[in-house]
Amino acid sequence: MGKQIILLGLSHKTAPVEIRERVASICADGRTPLEWLPQLKKIDELFFLSTCNRVEFLFTADSAQEGIEELSNKISTEIGQPLSTIQGHIYVYYNLEAVKHIFKVASSLDSMVVGEPQILGQIKDAYRESVDHRTSSVILNRLLHKSFSVAKRIRTETKIGSYAVSISYAAVELAKKIFGSLENKAVLLIGAGEMAELAAEHLIHNGVSKIYVANRTLERAVELATRFRGSTIPFDQIPENLSKVDIIISSTGASGFILEYDEIKSRMRARRNRPLFFIDIAVPRDIEPTVGDIDNVYLYDIDSLQGLVELNLNERRKEAEQAEHIIEEEALKFDNWLKTLEVVPTIVALREKAEKIRQQELRKSLLQLSNNAQNIEECLEVLTKSIINKLLHDPILFLKRKSIRDSKNLYVDLVQSLFNLHEIQESERATGETSKDNVREFKRKVCK
Amino acid sequence: MARAAYIALVIGFFFHTIGIYMLIKYLGYLPVTSIPQMLSIFAWTIVLAYLIFQWRFNIKILGTFVSPLAMFFMLLSPAIPSRMVHQIPILKSIWVVVHISLIFLSNALFAIAFCAGIMYLIQEKQIKKKTFGVLFRRLPSLEKLDKTNYICLLIGFPLLTGGLITGFIYASHVWHGYWHWDPKEIFALITWTIYAVLFHERLAVGWRGRKAAIMAIVGFIAVVVTFLGVNLFLKGHHFYFRVS
Repeated sequence: MGKQIILLGLSHKTAPVEIRERVASICADGRTPLEWLPQLKKIDELFFLSTCNRVEFLFTADSAQEGIEELSNKISTEIGQPLSTIQGHIYVYYNLEAVKHIFKVASSLDSMVVGEPQILGQIKDAYRESVDHRTSSVILNRLLHKSFSVAKRIRTETKIGSYAVSISYAAVELAKKIFGSLENKAVLLIGAGEMAELAAEHLIHNGVSKIYVANRTLERAVELATRFRGSTIPFDQIPENLSKVDIIISSTGASGFILEYDEIKSRMRARRNRPLFFIDIAVPRDIEPTVGDIDNVYLYDIDSLQGLVELNLNERRKEAEQAEHIIEEEALKFDNWLKTLEVVPTIVALREKAEKIRQQELRKSLLQLSNNAQNIEECLEVLTKSIINKLLHDPILFLKRKSIRDSKNLYVDLVQSLFNLHEIQESERATGETSKDNVREFKRKVCK
Repeated sequence: MARAAYIALVIGFFFHTIGIYMLIKYLGYLPVTSIPQMLSIFAWTIVLAYLIFQWRFNIKILGTFVSPLAMFFMLLSPAIPSRMVHQIPILKSIWVVVHISLIFLSNALFAIAFCAGIMYLIQEKQIKKKTFGVLFRRLPSLEKLDKTNYICLLIGFPLLTGGLITGFIYASHVWHGYWHWDPKEIFALITWTIYAVLFHERLAVGWRGRKAAIMAIVGFIAVVVTFLGVNLFLKGHHFYFRVS
């Protein structure tokens, strides 16, 4: 039985925020559970992730049960509460299931907002921590690196991240469907507010080149304009300046409408009907709703943007189903790798033994050469022969010992396929050389 | 899937080209003497125009609308009774070849503007009404669709004008006189007027978007009526019976 991979954790799906807080408190003041590892005798490797939505312990151990027991006792002493308070909220996954879970977390399938990209960065940071604390080794290193590449694969092969699920991104998505490219487009910010500024930032990020700011208080307008490297427009001259801009984000605290139907309708001809996109995130609204009826004018208020967000969340959930297939596939691949890991120690030992023989024989030959006892040719002859003999000594001895057993055919076959002897015999037959001669000669030598 | 469809279209176009080329070699003139032949060539020209558009502007989804249109004309082709008139000497004139090529090319461009117009109306409705269907993400931006419409008009309208002028010049040679109140002539003039209005409004006034899309759709309906309706239901010298 090889190493067990175990994942123990709790998330927004299983635990309310009070419980998550309590468990997350173990890493307050810059402490980290990774420091516990020297005390945890049953656990080999440890990775720890804590975000506002989840706390996860990923570790390897020889015995899953003992590892879990040790870790959960440690957790309960650290948070100063009996195990029973958190037990109902904790999930535990073993091996393949644990692998799948960490893949899902990394690809944001388990997130509160499915497909949000931050989680991958958080896992990467957490992994760096465990590398710094030297708590991760062969298995967890491979597993976490794999989870990064799985997350990347899911991001490129499904559309999980391509649907806007925040108001400000939804606004950008719509702007792109109206204007195509946002390059050389101008934005007017009326009023200020966190959401409006966020939307403006996203628009700039997507190529918008010019920002105008109109605000009742000039200081605030100037402040925003400097921040976005834009310019200001007097608050009472907004309609006159509509020909300069393409996208208007409005979020004032005004009680009535700031822009009305007639003011905009009459100015469409002057801008040769180039489209205007109004994003009205003020409550109460700043722009008369009928403005949206004007040809080439598009008006979205906060509710209609929210509608698009809901729709996109559904789309993401659909994409998540597709992503599950990728996870299954990659988890199986990882499992196969894990299985090959079990033969690694044997491979290492074999190599070490061969290397030791080589070193020994080489030392002997070099000594003889320095004493000028032999010439180089003879020396090489002896060296290569003795390496071969020593390497083959144990396998041959093994085979001989088995030859008196009933099961000898099994071992003969094993050795034949181990050294690929069938193929060698075949090729010798093809070149006309009889392997029987070799067999006879070999027997004579071995039996001497 | 989209790629497979595109490749299928290119292959189909390739064989269609060979077919038309062999027919021209066999007949010795442009095979436009019967409606089925004309439809076949028209479908070919639409696909040609689309492929050029695809290559220059990369609007793949346009193919979803253009291919069925081309297929519709191709299927219509054998469904309409053929009354081919062989070896009419007037069809061998270079003027006729120019006249027909220009008209067909302009009509193919209008067909693309028609498709882009329909796509524009669908997409605009989704954005205006805030009801987002499956097509919302698949359809390109309004800007791109409007630009397609604009480019088709910008190239198509001068071609149509040129096609009509060569037609009149040629008619004056053969039938002595530019204008004969032939139904096809009248409908062609109506079509030309529709596009002339759209051309003027777009360039001078700055029409765009919905109005332009609707005009492009109306214009293409006029094209189809001129092209098919007149030949099928009315008589005139574009049937080549009245050669004096």
